[in-house]
Amino acid sequence: MSMIKNGLAALAAGAISVSMALPAAAAPTKFDFWFGLSGDLARVVDTLCKNFNASQSDYEVVCTSQGNYDATLQNTIAAFRAGKQPAVVQVYDVGTATMMLSGAYKPADKLMEENGYKIDYADYFPGIARYYATSKGEMLSFPFNSSTALLYWNKDAFAKIGKTEAPKTWEDVGADLQAMKEAGYECPMAINISANESWQLMEQFSAIHNQPIATKNNGYDGLDARLEVNKTKFVQYVTDLKKWYDAGLIKIKSKDLGQDMVQAFASGTCQVIMTSVGDHGTVGKTQKEGMNWDVAELPAYAGTERKNSLVGGASLWVLSGKSDAEYKGAAAFLNFIHDPKTALFWSTNTGYIPVTKSGFDYMKSSGFYDKAPFKGRETAIASLTASEPTEITRGIRLGNFTQIRAEFGTQMQAIFANKVSVQEGLDTLVKNGDAILDRFQQTYPGKTLP
Amino acid sequence: MEKRVTFSSWTIGILFAVPQLLLIFTFFYWPAGQAVYWSLTLQQPWGGGNIWVGLDNFRSILSNADYWNSITASLVFAGISTGLAMFIALVLAALTDRQLAGSRFYRVVLIWPYGIAAPALAMAFRFILAPEAGFMAVVNQVWPGFWDPGLDGADAMASIIIAFSWKYVGYNFIFFLAAFQAIPRSLIEAAAMDGSGVMRRFRDIQFPLITPTIFFLLVINITESFQDSFGIVDIMTSGGPANATNLMVYKIYSDGFKGLDYSGAAAQSIILMLLIIVLTIFQFRFIERRVHYR
Repeated sequence: MSMIKNGLAALAAGAISVSMALPAAAAPTKFDFWFGLSGDLARVVDTLCKNFNASQSDYEVVCTSQGNYDATLQNTIAAFRAGKQPAVVQVYDVGTATMMLSGAYKPADKLMEENGYKIDYADYFPGIARYYATSKGEMLSFPFNSSTALLYWNKDAFAKIGKTEAPKTWEDVGADLQAMKEAGYECPMAINISANESWQLMEQFSAIHNQPIATKNNGYDGLDARLEVNKTKFVQYVTDLKKWYDAGLIKIKSKDLGQDMVQAFASGTCQVIMTSVGDHGTVGKTQKEGMNWDVAELPAYAGTERKNSLVGGASLWVLSGKSDAEYKGAAAFLNFIHDPKTALFWSTNTGYIPVTKSGFDYMKSSGFYDKAPFKGRETAIASLTASEPTEITRGIRLGNFTQIRAEFGTQMQAIFANKVSVQEGLDTLVKNGDAILDRFQQTYPGKTLP
Repeated sequence: MEKRVTFSSWTIGILFAVPQLLLIFTFFYWPAGQAVYWSLTLQQPWGGGNIWVGLDNFRSILSNADYWNSITASLVFAGISTGLAMFIALVLAALTDRQLAGSRFYRVVLIWPYGIAAPALAMAFRFILAPEAGFMAVVNQVWPGFWDPGLDGADAMASIIIAFSWKYVGYNFIFFLAAFQAIPRSLIEAAAMDGSGVMRRFRDIQFPLITPTIFFLLVINITESFQDSFGIVDIMTSGGPANATNLMVYKIYSDGFKGLDYSGAAAQSIILMLLIIVLTIFQFRFIERRVHYR
């Protein structure tokens, strides 16, 4: 009985090894790449993957969308705990601190070095590289899709109030919105105040004004960093936004209410919004016929020495526990994405900006930014490189930042519904945010950020 | 002497129960046990390790004002939506049972809402109740600022209650109608011949006879309103504005999966489980006394 069993097993094994061995000579090494984009953007990623597979015959990347950033991280964690993680995964900006402490990755710079790829890390825009680099400047992950927030303004509406340029200061914004209101515009400016808008309202604002979000240089210098947005210029900013909202100069637009702010702007309902450069294409494609609009850098308060804005988006992490062959493939894939030609393809088909200087130069030299639909996107680069990143404008390195953003949304809603004053709301944001940071620190006792 | 095959009743009983026990163990006790263990530790999300913290997770949750707010919101939601769903279903079932014109049609149509998945119906209600684009936009035109679930917590709570009740009216309707139809016609006819009107017959005959069904639905509705509300909250309000609709089950999800605080979420789910157990015991202990199973 056991002999028969063994014989069968051997036969089966033989059959399998034969069937594996025969095409193995030609079959490329497969590895997985999980990403968090959906819809139109997911199709672009799929094309990118196809291009990579077509560009060489040694490796084959299998690209799978997980729907959104949150789900990608959740699913990756679940897969990692079960030992079935993908080789490469796209993790959003604010997940960086969580990833760094996970112990579940292979440092990207080491991976590239081991596989003989030379990457010039100084070629990355410093505002982008520093966001993902360790405090010592090592790149643990590769910047992938990157954006920053811009002010979208309706030229026609501004022409009505005799302006030909976007407002540069928040003081001007206040005056312009008032003038537009008087000129009969129902909705001079649209904002939203959910967790997602923490990015443009709190994070970008703080970076541009060189104001800290948390102590310890926004968390770069230790897990014991705590929030301090309740005593920076941000308080003044929220106070002004609330004042303008009460005066009817700002309307809240969100999908739940019927129309989100990008739709409100594109349809000409609202005249000013702040959103990602990634929406540049959407506005262009869905705008009201004949509407004149442009983008500008986010305003700053008068007298501010302007700093670089923050990058948003995601980076690519290589996870630990994969075979050498898969790592070879992953390295080749990252190298492919790093290529300026890929940058051109990627930025043309999405609203994202190139992450390297060489990519940007390549796109400039090919005339990308001169043509109508893409003209204006270079403003994002100008905003990101407005200054050399300071200790504070490098980025945000706080644990469980997703929850802090959620808390931001909650408190902003309480403030705008007149449940609490601006100061009370921001104090609660800091208190609850600190509890989240405290908990994160307790979860990783004795560990430090790399 | 009669010859009969005998089995040891103990072993055979166990044997019959084993498949079921295995299923329950795998899909209930084992994960529930795991949740208890997680709630007593601090879990690193990536599985790098954990620290035993005893009851610290429970202490920090129970001392958090947001959590009590979430419990209150859940109880308000459970109370109102259960009341609404059961009352409307009872009225509809009573009317359908009276064989009014078109009752055969209603009998089929009124069941449908329960067949719709929560996220799908939440999406539909999001459009219907959107203050700027949907049906409520008309109301807002007449009374500006009347309906604003984006900032007004009460309006947001009303939205999810409406959506949830709408779904459970269909579910309750089936049971109520079945209960009404199980009442012997002769009783109602006799009462009618004695000269009692519709309302009187309902109060004195039909209502007492369907109390077992009412009790059953009460338990189910309350339990489901704690658990099945997730999809509706997620699509319609995401727990906002300002935590007004952050029901317990949604908070577990957002803390656990979005915030990667697995331990805190595990502790919350233990508390939720205890709360549902307590509520159910309470119902069996105090309300069931008024139920006549004949």
